[in-house]
Amino acid sequence: MSFSSELLIKVLVVLATAPVMALGLTLLEVKGSAWMQRRPGPLHVGLRGFIFPLATAAKYFQKETIIPKDVDEPVFKWAPAWVIAAVVGLFTIIPLSPTLVVRDLELGVFFLLAISSISTIGVLTAGWSSANKFSLMGGLRAAGQLIAYELPLILSVVGVVIQAETMSTVGIVEKQIEFGFPFVIAGQGIAFIIFMIAATAEMMRTPFDMPIGESELTMGFMTEYSGIRFLIFYISEYINLFVMCAIASTLFLGGYHIPLLPTEWVNFYGPLVLIGKTFILAFLLIAVRWSFPRFREDQLQTLAWKVLIPVSLLNIMVTAIMKVVF
Amino acid sequence: MSQTMDPNNMPILSEASVSVEIETEDMTLNIGPQHPSTHGVLRLVAKVNGEKISSVEPVLGYMHRGYEKLAEVRTYPQVTTLVNRIDWVSGFANEIPFIAGAEKLMEIEVPERAQYIRLILTEMARISSHFVFNGAFPLEIGALTPIFLAMEDRERVLDLLESVTGGRFHPNFNRIGGVKPVAGAGPTTKKDIQDLPAGFYHDTKVAMEKVLKAVDTFEDLIGGNEVFQARTKKVGVLTKEVAEEYGVSGPILRASGVEFDLRKQSDYLPYDKFDFEIPIGENGDCFDRWSVRTSEMRESAKIILQAIEDMPSGPIQAKVPKVIKVPKGQTYVRAENPKGEMGYYIISEGGLGPYRLKIRTASFSNISILPIMLEGALLPDLIAIMGSLDFVLGDVDR
Repeated sequence: MSFSSELLIKVLVVLATAPVMALGLTLLEVKGSAWMQRRPGPLHVGLRGFIFPLATAAKYFQKETIIPKDVDEPVFKWAPAWVIAAVVGLFTIIPLSPTLVVRDLELGVFFLLAISSISTIGVLTAGWSSANKFSLMGGLRAAGQLIAYELPLILSVVGVVIQAETMSTVGIVEKQIEFGFPFVIAGQGIAFIIFMIAATAEMMRTPFDMPIGESELTMGFMTEYSGIRFLIFYISEYINLFVMCAIASTLFLGGYHIPLLPTEWVNFYGPLVLIGKTFILAFLLIAVRWSFPRFREDQLQTLAWKVLIPVSLLNIMVTAIMKVVF
Repeated sequence: MSQTMDPNNMPILSEASVSVEIETEDMTLNIGPQHPSTHGVLRLVAKVNGEKISSVEPVLGYMHRGYEKLAEVRTYPQVTTLVNRIDWVSGFANEIPFIAGAEKLMEIEVPERAQYIRLILTEMARISSHFVFNGAFPLEIGALTPIFLAMEDRERVLDLLESVTGGRFHPNFNRIGGVKPVAGAGPTTKKDIQDLPAGFYHDTKVAMEKVLKAVDTFEDLIGGNEVFQARTKKVGVLTKEVAEEYGVSGPILRASGVEFDLRKQSDYLPYDKFDFEIPIGENGDCFDRWSVRTSEMRESAKIILQAIEDMPSGPIQAKVPKVIKVPKGQTYVRAENPKGEMGYYIISEGGLGPYRLKIRTASFSNISILPIMLEGALLPDLIAIMGSLDFVLGDVDR
């Protein structure tokens, strides 16, 4: 198969998978939150409300796109594209099995950290170009938050990289198989917790949702968006949830591998195992979202700079020392 | 931006000067009248420097409905339909001071049973109002779950209110000299008239036990939440002195450490027959305001349980003339409403309706401290402080 046709197939597969996963997570969120709040949740759309997310998404297509008079139009229109490009781009390095991966980059983890910061540009430009003071404050909050939490995210992954001696995501999973234990048990437990906290902040989910903060800033940087552009923001939030949880399960939970299953069948069960692990992690984040109020902006920064970054630095140090000693 | 630049008039780059000091200017942020957490149509004109608020000016009047003027062209029994809608979260409690004022001018002795029924329903209104607060306050600082639990429990209390009065929010249940009997009960001055629905005592007991349980849950779920504590403790501190100067009343005043509760001080309802405590806060911060209200729910449930234990029998309506005319005179009756002190100043010229009615509402005085409390606060704290004041716009503008 030529390179271009292979690329085309891969791109199509990713573009088909990403929205499906986002809709699945939306369903998990609405049903999970309903379960936590003693509500039935969506019931009437489709079979027991199971196509509710699809109906929600379809609804936005028929909504009028309103562009306020004073917005900086090209910037305003392109802002959602930055965000969704960043999160879909991360699918490149998620391994569903040793061979089922868009591209097993040697610098996979580095790629993850580089690409995931692109969404900051989208969020900041969205807030800036909206010509709305609430949007502007939301955008600035988001920028401050994403920059602050990029660091613990990187530093927590460094421990894994040291232990696995590779940056390739497939290599990290293979190392965990070789090791016998996933990294969350074998030494990187603290790093896993830091990664999940930082990822929650990156995704701007409660308790770190000040950039959106619907009771303070109405909808933050998304306030002026409507119709299909709002849908892009909305759906990229869930794609991001999927990607971050998938990467967390790859780096810390053994990815596509599950003990006792024959490794020659990994191409068949690998995707299911990874998606299963991802949804379990996503449910954890959903449960957190519906249990906690949101932090204040300064408390969030304090948490990042005074707690998460020192602890992750300490984690790197300990990991490095252990690596040298053993 | 659609302005076009004249090529002959473009600023020359070399002439542009760069000032070393960055001059910053306060941004005026209009919060409301349409905003998710202003409880309706309150508008705050805030001057903000980044996230910090330098000054706030509340703008009121978007919900003014002219009830004081409307009351002048209505008869006394008709006024209760209006005052129900002042603080719509606790409609029943609004009727009490007005009716008590009219009765005071007419020198009517209200039968004890009617007073007990009024008291029970007032406390139920207080519980339902504080349930709304317990849902809305966490919602405003970002916790989305408690409101569902609060609404579920509030529904039981509202069901009871509805079973007695026929209305959930606007009962219009008080009559001058007593309360309304159940439909089709016959002459109201009869000795043993059916006034409460069948099974009311039992249902109330069950519901109040559930309320007590719900209060425990809230104290765990909301009060025990670290993020909630971080957002509310030492935030929006209101000192005793400032609170007293500004005429703040109700749970906000008590959270600042002032032991002032009209249920203990005044005799508009027979509260002196019951054993209950007045929860007092220590620091006067948002957390104390939350905890005072939550403990108050427990005390209210205790009062109701005591009241149904020793409910007196007898008539529920004093003898009043067919056409109610209030003798010439004036009076002021105040009561402890869920939001604070509510009072009616009634001036009667001996007619069918009040000559002038001045309504003193709790929320109006309570939000007068907003400019002081918000000076120097952060924008997220603004939301927490506003939420902790628990005002209702109908109660502010009336």
